[in-house]
Amino acid sequence: MEELINVVDWSRAQFALTAIYHWLFVPLTLGLGIIVAVMETIYLKTKSEKWLATTKFWMTIFGVNFAIGVATGIILEFEFGTNWSNYSWFVGDIFGAPLAVEGILAFFMESTFIAVMFFGWKKVSPKFHLAATWLTAIGASLSALWILVANAWMQYPTGCEFNPATMRNEMTSFAAVALSPMAMSKFFHTVLSAWTLGGVFVCGVCGWMMLKKRNLDHCWRSLKVGAWVGVIGIVLTMITGDTSAVTVAKYQPMKLAAMEGLYKGDHGQSIVAFGILNPSKQAFDDQDPYLFDISIPYGLSFLATHDFKAFVPGIEDIINGVTYDNEGNEVNTVSYAERMERGRRLQDMLSQYDAATRSDNRLMVDSLKNAINADFKNFGYAYLDKPEEAIPNVPLTFYTFHFMVTVGGYLMLFLLLALLFVYKPNILIKAKWAKWWHILAIITIPLTYLCSASGWIVAEVGRQPWTIQDLMPNKVAISDLSAGYVQVTFWIFAVVFTALLIADIGIICKQISKKSQTDLDTVND
Amino acid sequence: MSDNQGNQQGFWSRVFHLYYDGFRSMTVGKTLWLIIFIKLFIFFVVIKLLFFPNFLSTKCDTEQEKSEYVRHQLTDR
Repeated sequence: MEELINVVDWSRAQFALTAIYHWLFVPLTLGLGIIVAVMETIYLKTKSEKWLATTKFWMTIFGVNFAIGVATGIILEFEFGTNWSNYSWFVGDIFGAPLAVEGILAFFMESTFIAVMFFGWKKVSPKFHLAATWLTAIGASLSALWILVANAWMQYPTGCEFNPATMRNEMTSFAAVALSPMAMSKFFHTVLSAWTLGGVFVCGVCGWMMLKKRNLDHCWRSLKVGAWVGVIGIVLTMITGDTSAVTVAKYQPMKLAAMEGLYKGDHGQSIVAFGILNPSKQAFDDQDPYLFDISIPYGLSFLATHDFKAFVPGIEDIINGVTYDNEGNEVNTVSYAERMERGRRLQDMLSQYDAATRSDNRLMVDSLKNAINADFKNFGYAYLDKPEEAIPNVPLTFYTFHFMVTVGGYLMLFLLLALLFVYKPNILIKAKWAKWWHILAIITIPLTYLCSASGWIVAEVGRQPWTIQDLMPNKVAISDLSAGYVQVTFWIFAVVFTALLIADIGIICKQISKKSQTDLDTVND
Repeated sequence: MSDNQGNQQGFWSRVFHLYYDGFRSMTVGKTLWLIIFIKLFIFFVVIKLLFFPNFLSTKCDTEQEKSEYVRHQLTDR
């Protein structure tokens, strides 16, 4: 058992490592893609060579990041087949279909149009080139859509039916999978946060160039687009963040409770604006969950339900299967202990199904299949040893969520100020503190990456212990491998991805430094 | 040669030259392609072949055997 836990932990660590590294490349591609497309649109409208030079400057940075980051996501698929083989089989064609669409889109759309984007300046008409740039940016976002649809299904499995004969989930509705509320909120929240990161990246690079007093006109042109895309991105990220919170409250209440360190829920539940968790707090003990907290009254009820007075269940309420309606009446849902019982009955039925199939008892086979699917949402609970096992890592979920929200608020202020300086440049030009603003802009780049990674940690750690919500916990999804085997590949990935990241940052910095020393008011091919 | 054939040949010729001239005139792109090829070699030849076999395929030969294997994994734990 201890060996199995080690394999689970190492496999999770490996997946987290590769996913986070992959996600360092992706948002810049998504964000800069849109920014470059907007810049080229302005160039085509104004016919200004200065805008063409600015477009080409950022297109180079986009190209470096795209090239270094391309195919880093394929590693995750390797891991599914080797480390998570039970999951990969169990998930059936549901994961395969969106990933196949993603592969086709990524390959045909991005690889075709990115060639036109970089090689086609003098080969195709300006309008065709602009179309290629936009299609590359849109193609990247559509690729992200299908990956996020697959991820959303793991958070909220829908549009499928379990086939006990094949031990696979089979898709019954592609639309239900692709358009699930979880998929939609996840897609828009994630892609729009990438626009924010792209905008911040442009502001930060311009901050560095302004600090060095290089190509100031180019910087102001870049800032205009970067700040606008960033502001639109952060406003829409906040709006979609609100939608995400409502979706999580509805489909993953345990995650929401962990995000807030909420053990006992209440009507008109407050939200923690700032807090320090009590590290020794366990579910069902009498300790206060916080050592210190500043809370906003009614905040969590409103965030989760858009109703200030609604009841938001805490971790203990969810485990006990108790919630309350708006009149204060107790509403019993299914407790985790009951779900574990039901899960074990399903597990027994699965064994009986196997026996019935071998004895060719068709009546029993059909009856068991219907019974299994009728209560399948409790299947994963069969593998829990105790209800508390279904509680995610509360401190990690709590702190990353609050870090993400705090930095998100800061980014809103930062980008609004950047936009103000674009239209009132004299404020910045004449200010004695301008140097500090430029330094702040540079520091904001890594801060935004941390914010983005935190969002993913909330989404993934907050749904533990599930690989597929309610259907399959990690300890069952994992392959029968040795922990040492997974450790070896963990360190190989750590080295390879760190080398790629160093190459990415190194080449981008070198290109920015080199190009910023040339005159960016004229076109330099 | 018909006009249609001529247009088709012109199109494919233009596509070829788009890539050919593009690759020839690359500067930083050459370094990037080198990194891409090294990366793909490490990913697909070293990592995939040596460390990431399809686990179920190493245990089972047929789809039926794979579903049996997973069934045992899910019912015996």
